Amino acid sequence: MANLESKIPSGALPDKWRKYKAESLKLVNPANKRKYEVIVVGAGLAGSSASATLSELGYKVKTFVFHDTPRRAHSIAAQGGVNAAKNYQNDGDSVYRLFYDTIKGGDYRAREANVHRLAEVSVNIIDQCVAQGVPFAREYGGLLANRSFGGAQVSRTFYARGQTGQQLLLGAYSALMKQAGAGAVEIFPNEEMCDLVVIDGQAKGIITRNLNTGEIRRWAADAVILATGGYGNVFNLSTYARGSNATAIWRAYKRGACFANPCYTQIHPTCIPVSGDYQSKLTLMSESLRNDGRIWVPKKKEDCGKPPAEIAEEDRDYYLERIYPSFGNLAPRDVSSRAAKRMCDEGRGVGETGLGVYLDFADAIKRFGEAGVKERYGNLFDIYHEITNESAYKTPMRIYPAVHYTMGGLWVDYNLMSNVPGLFVLGEANFSDHGANRLGASALMQGLADGYFVVPYTIGNYLAGVKPGSRPSVDGPAFKEAEENVRNTFKRLLAPGTGKGGSVNDFHKRLGKIMWECCGMARTKQTLERGLKEIPALREEYWKTVTVPGSADNLNQALERANRVADFIELGELMCLDALTREESCGGHFREEHQYPDGECKRDDENFAHVAGWEWQGEGKQQIRNVEPLNYETVKMSVRSYK
Amino acid sequence: MVAETSSTKNISVTLKVWRQAGPDKPGKFETYQAKDLNPNMSLLEMLDVVNDELERKGEDPIAFAHDCREGICGTCSMVIDGKPHGPHKGVATCQTYMRSFADGATITLEPFRAKAFPVIKDLITDRSAFDLIQQAGGFISIRTGAAQDANATPIPKDNADLAMDAAACIGCGACVAACKNSSAMLFVSAKVGQYALLPQGQPERDSRVLNMVAKMDELGFGNCTNQYECSAACPKSISHDFIARMNRDYIAASFRQAFTAKSTSTAGGA
Repeated sequence: MANLESKIPSGALPDKWRKYKAESLKLVNPANKRKYEVIVVGAGLAGSSASATLSELGYKVKTFVFHDTPRRAHSIAAQGGVNAAKNYQNDGDSVYRLFYDTIKGGDYRAREANVHRLAEVSVNIIDQCVAQGVPFAREYGGLLANRSFGGAQVSRTFYARGQTGQQLLLGAYSALMKQAGAGAVEIFPNEEMCDLVVIDGQAKGIITRNLNTGEIRRWAADAVILATGGYGNVFNLSTYARGSNATAIWRAYKRGACFANPCYTQIHPTCIPVSGDYQSKLTLMSESLRNDGRIWVPKKKEDCGKPPAEIAEEDRDYYLERIYPSFGNLAPRDVSSRAAKRMCDEGRGVGETGLGVYLDFADAIKRFGEAGVKERYGNLFDIYHEITNESAYKTPMRIYPAVHYTMGGLWVDYNLMSNVPGLFVLGEANFSDHGANRLGASALMQGLADGYFVVPYTIGNYLAGVKPGSRPSVDGPAFKEAEENVRNTFKRLLAPGTGKGGSVNDFHKRLGKIMWECCGMARTKQTLERGLKEIPALREEYWKTVTVPGSADNLNQALERANRVADFIELGELMCLDALTREESCGGHFREEHQYPDGECKRDDENFAHVAGWEWQGEGKQQIRNVEPLNYETVKMSVRSYK
Repeated sequence: MVAETSSTKNISVTLKVWRQAGPDKPGKFETYQAKDLNPNMSLLEMLDVVNDELERKGEDPIAFAHDCREGICGTCSMVIDGKPHGPHKGVATCQTYMRSFADGATITLEPFRAKAFPVIKDLITDRSAFDLIQQAGGFISIRTGAAQDANATPIPKDNADLAMDAAACIGCGACVAACKNSSAMLFVSAKVGQYALLPQGQPERDSRVLNMVAKMDELGFGNCTNQYECSAACPKSISHDFIARMNRDYIAASFRQAFTAKSTSTAGGA
């Protein structure tokens, strides 16, 4: 069984990180740094910032991305903003308050020490980004502007119109390009990680497939960093990019890295509703819209078919303002999503499918004028118009929750190292900072914190114990075995199916449907047990019957998808298993059996105040559930209330 | 052939698609029928449907670049009926919906075409030249951890807003594909313009514009002849004014480089 030792440093919470850096973390001398090679997989916020920073420190860095350039990673699509405890608004913010909001927002299922460190370095992130030329929104006096996000009562979110993720990623990308131009980082685009190489229990390399040529290659390193994002595409329909996948972390899982809390999925409340079965993805409408937009449904079922303008003010139910008066429309994501679901379950949903609620800007337009609303949210209104052919200036948006983020991920200790020594995991790919629910504008914060300000320190602590120049040869048996494993997977996928099963997308859609129904916004023992029957059957059918045309030795997008969907199916099963075992409700994990009479999450701190770290035992064997207890030293676990 | 129907009646279209097996292989147009399409489907979702059918028959699907499908990652890239990113202004290929096409229409799909963007397969091209231009100077040389407080240098809102207009570039390359000279001036000027408008960008302002322009020329992009097809095709509607700004910067930087004294000392410290 894996040992999930969190390695949280001793001392008072506010001093841990500072003291740990100063007194405990081992250093690598500058002349030795260039003798170490670090592989970084992924180049979103976490991967780009880590690659750039590690190479600035003097390590030799190789960065792998499946995209055609690092600038395409899906961090680019984050809209709303990035949190930081700068307190520039003088509204009472502080590191402690950001820490506390994040812990509470995560429904007391995150590690205190990690979250406090995140809040501490948040201020450095803004400094760093501004110095890189990130054009954040500013006030007329030239100082940085802020807005509010869900789960907070202060304005601590920095933003660049509705494209904050894009601007932060391009900032990190520019730093990466600077280092690549100087020859300090080698970048391998169109190169997808297909396996992790573990030698004597330590991560020592990866196997990749070049998506343009099909070539399979071996790469050795002194340490491997995975920054490959989340696994929400298990649901098929989500706000993720179509290419976002779990293959790197899932293959690492199969090599011994523990997978923590896979059932913690974030369903974002404000997305454009599903319109048809051809649909390939769902589009987010930024949470920032909830600063000024008001969410409502008709009070009476019979009004649902009417045009919204014909529903009188007194016949509208602004349910978030009604149920959660202190946070109102800015209640956290999990709370808001479930409230929307409850309204629709009551038959008060709007739109063709009845799965939608209104997000109304009429009041904001009265207050700021159409031009004022346009300046704040213009590009989001444009996106809405492009997709729905409706103007949100004239009629309220229709929105519905959609899969948006995964709080679960590979287990890491305080150093962001997995239980496989030498394997580090950053950003959404790890599990560490958001507990059971992530607050808005905290994903960008965590990605950059991990890459710029955490792993550059903690990786030295590991490498200081690795002999310089001890990197293994790629001709060794472990590399050979891993490459064979990858080649076999592709061979099996390409083996002619019976032709009955349909295309890869057909299977992905079926998996998505099972996951949404069995392990979605609300889960029960019954639905999860159903999922655990249907998914293994789907997996078996997939391997027997899926049709994948072409060959593995050139660009073959059907094969790329087939390889990823194979992993989604297995991961989906683990998500159901984790959700079934966690007999409580917390954050994004809502078990209908465990709720208060008002429909809020009922945690079981006595039995479940822990991280579940699943461990692979081999094909066909029961996966093991390891446990890391969550010891709260500073905050008292209590019932989360936004009322 | 632009029709903005709000009707929900399903439509059928004929596709003429550029198929090319590899970089050195010959390419040609192939015809496909796409039937019974919901007009609210995106163009890429229509291609998914066509590809699913091809895959079920064991045939090679049409390779096309795509990822975020919300107009921000810059991956999608095709010429639709002769226009990069299709008939509408200010959107990317992935934001083009079937309601833009009439029932029975023939839609022609080609890759971005430019010497510096060789075709990899079908509708996918190699745009890595943009990364090389960026490496030549598209950054501010600041090490992680060396930054001062973010509010220490106020930046006038108008400058920050204009810098953001330029920074909105998604690096898709439509500007190159739209230009008869395959010029990358709009892409390069957006990056140069963003940094030139910010105080942080000043120390490297001259070397940045000189190096990025030199790299752009070296990689086989053409020159600008001021016809602004680039701005018209840009999914983020980036203004060609940035090209004029870059030209001014380039001339000033060339003069300063020629006439500014430089320290010749190479002495190091103890």
